[in-house]
Amino acid sequence: MEIMECVGDIIKVSDLYFAYPDEHVALRGVSFNLCEGDKVALVGPNGAGKSTLMLQLNGILEGRGGIEIGGMRLTRGNLPVIRAMVGLVFQNPDDQLFSPTVFEDVAFGPLHMGLPETDVLARVDSALESVRMSSYHDRLSHHLSVGEKKRIAIATVLSMNPSILILDEPSAGLDPRARRTLINLLRELPITMLVSTHDMRMVQELFPRTIVMDDGRIVADGMTQEILEDETFLNEHGLEKP
Amino acid sequence: MHSDAFDRYHHAHSSIHHLDPRIKVVITIAFIISNALLPDGAWIAFALAWLFVLVANMFSELGIGFTFRRSFIAFPFALAAITVLFSIPGKPISSFQFLMWNFTITDAGLLRFVSIVIRSWLSVQMAILLVAVTEFPKIIHALTHLRVPAIITMIISLLYRYLFVLTDEVMRLLRARQARSGASPGQRSGGSVQWRARIAGHMAGQLFLRSYERSDRIYNAMLSRGYKGELMTIHPHHFHARDWLICALSILGMLIMQFTGRL
Repeated sequence: MEIMECVGDIIKVSDLYFAYPDEHVALRGVSFNLCEGDKVALVGPNGAGKSTLMLQLNGILEGRGGIEIGGMRLTRGNLPVIRAMVGLVFQNPDDQLFSPTVFEDVAFGPLHMGLPETDVLARVDSALESVRMSSYHDRLSHHLSVGEKKRIAIATVLSMNPSILILDEPSAGLDPRARRTLINLLRELPITMLVSTHDMRMVQELFPRTIVMDDGRIVADGMTQEILEDETFLNEHGLEKP
Repeated sequence: MHSDAFDRYHHAHSSIHHLDPRIKVVITIAFIISNALLPDGAWIAFALAWLFVLVANMFSELGIGFTFRRSFIAFPFALAAITVLFSIPGKPISSFQFLMWNFTITDAGLLRFVSIVIRSWLSVQMAILLVAVTEFPKIIHALTHLRVPAIITMIISLLYRYLFVLTDEVMRLLRARQARSGASPGQRSGGSVQWRARIAGHMAGQLFLRSYERSDRIYNAMLSRGYKGELMTIHPHHFHARDWLICALSILGMLIMQFTGRL
């Protein structure tokens, strides 16, 4: 399948390799570009390397190869700047929401960026407003439903004003209403997005471009519509036509 | 699945609920220290301390007997002091034989034991009231403001957040075991005690592994949002004249207890 051309890359990954300490190879020469404003789905079977790739983009895991974010090469020296640019939302919101209250969790990122208190408060308000959870400011995280937790988890990175939002399985475990709310929210957010998911209906509805991974490699990168039409290809890589 | 098993906060709009959390923590700690400093057998001072607790209960709008009803949970811990009954020299009151040992209860030992039980009972009541009228995160904020080392407040904060998640995890494991604990017709369900113990051991191991992996994911989530080893939080609280007044009155009350206890 044809790889999409892109100018003015906000993410540029070239020939990325990564193996876990137990020698399991998770990424085998991954290369792709993302343009500003792109909304891209990352799909593939379990164990394809999607989550590993996402952790690389934020510098949590370090592989061999090149990663550039906003024109900056990812190195240990510029990790704090890159982490502020790349908002990573983990699959399980209970991992993402580690503070006792919603406010503290949403304020965590801006505080660690060294912003003054007034700016932190403004960013928390604006991030909660973006996910339509303003009234949840003082709520305790363990009192929220899964859908609410997912939206607050997105707010925890939006408060850092990231240039790119990376989400791991955002619709997993949500009931239809919470899923619909989340899809609408993702559609409305004016930000570059890379979303790993098994929800092919969401992919079809939300993302013009799709990257397919299998066994640590990118096996397709192109228009979602074209990829989803090729049922044989989807089946070969453990996916289903929506 | 959801567990609120450890939430002890009772929502209300009383004057005590609205006190600054720092003041509430300081008064509670001062009250516990004051109790510990009261001499043995200072009955009037103990009564005053209880009156203090009752007044606090009354102002909290949770009912005058709120902490009393919940305080008996502390009694088994107070029994740890039972050895003082026999180990303090004094006039013998009673003695009894247990196996090969002869135990003698002395008057001084009994006085010390009863005093310890009363002190711990009063202190526990105040601690129960503190967590009932203050949301737990605010207690952590208060400890941070009171210069408790960040590592301690961070451990308490994470423990509080994940106690609920861990309880849910345990409940899921127990339900999974229960769901598969069937029996063939005419057979007793379950195996030997040894087998059951081994299964329980596996479950504890599973819980540890899951928690260990979760801790890794939480740390990654912290790193990805800029965590560099120092936890920063923001929690504005403002003292009001009323906070200072109640703090001063409480300290005065404790000084009166100390004075009365030494008369």
